[in-house]
Amino acid sequence: MVEKGTWTVKKGLAEMLKGGVIMDVTTPEQAKIAEDAGAVAVMALERVPADIRAAGGVARMADPAIIEKIMDAVTIPVMAKVRIGHFVEAQILEALGIDYIDESEVLTPADESHHINKHAFKVPFVCGCRNLGEALRRIGEGAAMIRTKGEAGTGDVVEAVRHMRCVMDEIRRLQNMPEDELMAAAKEMAAPYELVKEVAKLGRLPVVNFAAGGIATPADAALMMQLGADGVFVGSGIFKSENPAARAKAIVEATAHYNDPDVLVKVSRGIGEAMRGIQAAGLTEAEKIQGRGW
Amino acid sequence: MNLKSNLRIGVLGLQGAVKEHLDMLEGCGCNAVDVRKVGDLQGLDGLIIPGGESTTIGKLMERYGFDVEIKRRVGEGMAVFGTCAGLILLAKDIVGSSQARLGFMDIHVRRNAFGRQVESFEADLDIPAIGAEPFRAVFIRAPYIESVEPGVEVLARFDGKIVMAREGRFLVSAFHPELTRDKRIHEYFIEKVVSG
Repeated sequence: MVEKGTWTVKKGLAEMLKGGVIMDVTTPEQAKIAEDAGAVAVMALERVPADIRAAGGVARMADPAIIEKIMDAVTIPVMAKVRIGHFVEAQILEALGIDYIDESEVLTPADESHHINKHAFKVPFVCGCRNLGEALRRIGEGAAMIRTKGEAGTGDVVEAVRHMRCVMDEIRRLQNMPEDELMAAAKEMAAPYELVKEVAKLGRLPVVNFAAGGIATPADAALMMQLGADGVFVGSGIFKSENPAARAKAIVEATAHYNDPDVLVKVSRGIGEAMRGIQAAGLTEAEKIQGRGW
Repeated sequence: MNLKSNLRIGVLGLQGAVKEHLDMLEGCGCNAVDVRKVGDLQGLDGLIIPGGESTTIGKLMERYGFDVEIKRRVGEGMAVFGTCAGLILLAKDIVGSSQARLGFMDIHVRRNAFGRQVESFEADLDIPAIGAEPFRAVFIRAPYIESVEPGVEVLARFDGKIVMAREGRFLVSAFHPELTRDKRIHEYFIEKVVSG
């Protein structure tokens, strides 16, 4: 029997992206630069997060015409973002044939109470999290891949580090917990009990977990990998920098060789200025994107 | 006859589903090696090139000299198994593409040949070389082999398309045996291709 859109197939594509870099792009030319640099996938957008942040207003799913042009320009998988809870934007992207949907806090949420029921789709979803409970709620809704949120569009890695450390700490805590305490842990982190048990047994998330939100240098990418990420998303960090092609290539190599300081020296050298960035600590709670969704 | 526990089989660890292959090899009783540096290729009896993005793996192989060293080790008798992206990298001809490759097998390959991710699927395959029981194969944005030159043995087809083949010490599958719990294809590689 032939089956499409199974859990194995959805989760499987994320497994194939491991050790790789997924780059935000807004034009077919940028998509080509990303592919030539060795990106494993691109995220098709109208504006990178730094520009969304600067522009203000309501941020929505990109125009399908823009996404289609990017899909035609490259052979690697193409992802695109929908607003949290906006299942019709997701239906549109699925019909368009997108390879992965990011239900993303970078766009303005469409529903403050409910995320999309991702089990209802054949196309796989990636969702953001700040801690293990949030990750497991998204997986419970059908996300086949997770990314830590960080603080998108800042070029400041501090929030990405905070979220990755938090997820990893909570996993280690569950691993060391006697089985009879897991229900209370599930209650405390508001996460599905079956998934809490699975994480305690596996010692990791049951799906691939990338880092996102503020990665701007090869060293940032390697830092997130050493902290336990399976791969990285780079949003504004590449195309808001002085030399996107050189930086993109350097971040790809730093992600593949994250444990090899000799490679990290080589790829960090002479790649032009990084994006200027905004200190995440200087943002008010209302200015932070990471608090969108729950 | 080689004992499996004496065999050293590497998995090219630049990008993709590396751990799944390493776990599978260990489950088969081999010495599994995560190949991250060119020097790690030394002493390997076999190498698996995993699923991932073939353009990414191809570029990283070239930038760090893995292609040259893999070719040299193949000359010394190292066997190679490519799954999905690995199949693409082992082909001499990739239809419509000039991307980096190893080009060991006389096969003509089409990338993303079954369509985009929403067309990715699981299906039962008949693979007589590994036994009568069907194999549950996972195809993810998979390629297929359009045609093969003489000397290449076709091991499985899906819907008429060639999805598994062998040429001497090279084995390829368009699907991902490492995403299942069925060890028969890895065992075939170890027992028939590496030790054969």
